[in-house]
Amino acid sequence: MEMTGAEITIRCLQEEGVEYLFGYPGGAVLHIYDAIFQQDKVKHILVRHEQAAVHAADGYARSSDKVGVALVTSGPGLTNAVTGIATAYLDSIPMVVISGQVPTFAIGEDAFQEVDAVGITRPCVKHNFLVKDVKDIASTIKKAFYLAKSGRPGPVLVDIPKDVSSHKTEFVYPASVNIRSYHPQGRGDSAQIRHAAQMLLEAKRPMIYAGGGVVLSDSSAQLTDLVRLLGFPCTNTLMGLGGYPANDKQFVGMLGMHGTYEANMAMQHCDVLVAIGARFDDRVIGNVEHFAQVPRKIIHIDIDPSSIAKRVKVDVPIVGDLKLVLTELLEVLRASRQKPDAVEMAAWWKQVDEWRVTGGGLRYKNSSEIIKPQFVIETLHKLTGGDAFVTSDVGQHQMWAAQYYKFNHPRRWINSGGLGTMGFGLPAAMGVQLRHPGETVACVTGEGSIQMNIQELSTCKQYHLPIKVLSLNNCYLGMVRQWQEFFHGNRFSESYMDALPDFVKLAEAYGHIGMRIDKPSDVEPAMKEAFSRKNDLVFMDFRTDPTENVFPMVPGGKGLSEVVLSEDL
Amino acid sequence: MRHIISLLMENEAGALSRVAGLFSARGYNIESLTVAPTEDATLSRMTIVTSGSDAIIEQITKQLNKLIDVVSVMDLSEGEHIERELMLVKLRAEGEAREELKRLTDIFRGRILDVSDYTYTIELTGSRVKLDSFIDAIGRDLILETVRTGASGIGRGNRILRL
Repeated sequence: MEMTGAEITIRCLQEEGVEYLFGYPGGAVLHIYDAIFQQDKVKHILVRHEQAAVHAADGYARSSDKVGVALVTSGPGLTNAVTGIATAYLDSIPMVVISGQVPTFAIGEDAFQEVDAVGITRPCVKHNFLVKDVKDIASTIKKAFYLAKSGRPGPVLVDIPKDVSSHKTEFVYPASVNIRSYHPQGRGDSAQIRHAAQMLLEAKRPMIYAGGGVVLSDSSAQLTDLVRLLGFPCTNTLMGLGGYPANDKQFVGMLGMHGTYEANMAMQHCDVLVAIGARFDDRVIGNVEHFAQVPRKIIHIDIDPSSIAKRVKVDVPIVGDLKLVLTELLEVLRASRQKPDAVEMAAWWKQVDEWRVTGGGLRYKNSSEIIKPQFVIETLHKLTGGDAFVTSDVGQHQMWAAQYYKFNHPRRWINSGGLGTMGFGLPAAMGVQLRHPGETVACVTGEGSIQMNIQELSTCKQYHLPIKVLSLNNCYLGMVRQWQEFFHGNRFSESYMDALPDFVKLAEAYGHIGMRIDKPSDVEPAMKEAFSRKNDLVFMDFRTDPTENVFPMVPGGKGLSEVVLSEDL
Repeated sequence: MRHIISLLMENEAGALSRVAGLFSARGYNIESLTVAPTEDATLSRMTIVTSGSDAIIEQITKQLNKLIDVVSVMDLSEGEHIERELMLVKLRAEGEAREELKRLTDIFRGRILDVSDYTYTIELTGSRVKLDSFIDAIGRDLILETVRTGASGIGRGNRILRL
């Protein structure tokens, strides 16, 4: 049967098992919206800004093992989506974004709402396509989903001109994809895996450093088995939190700029480091010149060869799917008669435990007068039993959430790590809540970030999304203020948030419940009440200490050992 | 160090800009870049001359391989290879100098493609060094116009880059 390009587009999404399509209509996608109207399998979620559509699709993908899907119109629809696409790209999130384009005959004429979508998004997508013929729509969308999900995941854009979406052709959905130039690695090299196993068994001061790749490849179980089998300390990056259970004694906390003292010191002093689905990011290992102080061997396991030896020299590179590589590594280790040296391991753990004491752990001075932001996160953790989905925006609140909410499961911590996109938290929470109805979804944010996509409170109302927004309102762009305090002589240039709205009234205006919490003693009762309202979105405006800083902190450009632990506590 | 990287990629709109964009986005050098379809019209062959430390060249080849449109990549400078560049150069050729320019062209095994009362247009093929030497030998004063293609390269013997 002949179908229009628009009908084919939606039919492809059905074939891919797409539950939700996050989008915003416009001229170039009118045919596609018409096709959406005439079916009920793919549910469309109407956001209030295209950036939010992409973040919502992103949150949906991060909290599940599915591809997130967004639909935007040409021109400003696409440019609004770019921040969301770049956010997904930097964190390797599987996503397909469909954009409308002006008709093929108008391309290049500076037509109304025309931008070069493929050109603008090229540096921030895994791949993109401009579909010039209706016959190519189905195969292109098939390829897009395959590319988004396989190998190192990432966003893929499919740009469809308006005339192409109205032309008709026979619908055939390809059963399989073959892209001759694209062959993501599956299993790792067995010889390299055996080499790595031997190196691990002979290590005296080993360290396991696991990143977002563990979460993306659903390899938490394999990672956990590996860490327990070997008895080594394990750290997670910001993106990897939940990849290894935070309540386990072998977990030394998050590493990096705001990581624990013990995690950073163990990174600096280990003799064998195994990096698993992590990329030695500048916010994670600090100044690369200061990183390899002690001679050490590095084993790096990653699906993307270009992540290996990008910032640091690697001794044993293993390219492959983490789940397959870790499974094989576990088999080799279990089959070996050799075990890690018990005496050396005891000495190493003694050292790590000493760092735990020296570092003093994550700590802050609580107050009965003013709400400490860390206390809010601790209370959130206590009341949700560590089982909530927590999305965050970007800044101090993000770091406190990462530090004080102990994630025991993967895909529960949803944040923009690579791009650091303010405005991510609320729309991402919408995607998470839709994927997990009935589960607790908390959006930890600040008064700065929340205002970057606050219009989505309207979307939450329309679709009855009972997200709990915890805004740590300190009337400052807190992380900017912190850097200005430390590195710019207390000159708080443009970091004070004046003329803030009354967030309680604002939440109410959108049809939600607003709460303002000023006293530490009100934090827990307010949160209890908020979480008891299972069907309501509750916006909690916590007025927190404006002077609080995030510690520990490795200043930008320094090595991981050059850590500022905390102010006088 | 100078490297000459050869690659096969899908002969599709936008493929060239993916490669060029990669180099500018990641701050890699491009000395020259040539591209044209191969005997298989679905494939283009590109030769890129670049420079950088071993670590940077390793990243360049990995990043190129990561582009979905790129089918295969070879660093020709890792082994024996042949490299050629074509230059068209228009010279002021007047009076006694005409004979001398003709001789120099012969010495460099160039060909005079076009002659006018006042000019010669010469075609010369060779390595970058050879073309540079020719320009030096002629002297910049006489050169009216130069067009160079940038290097194209191919491996020697069994070093073959194909699908």
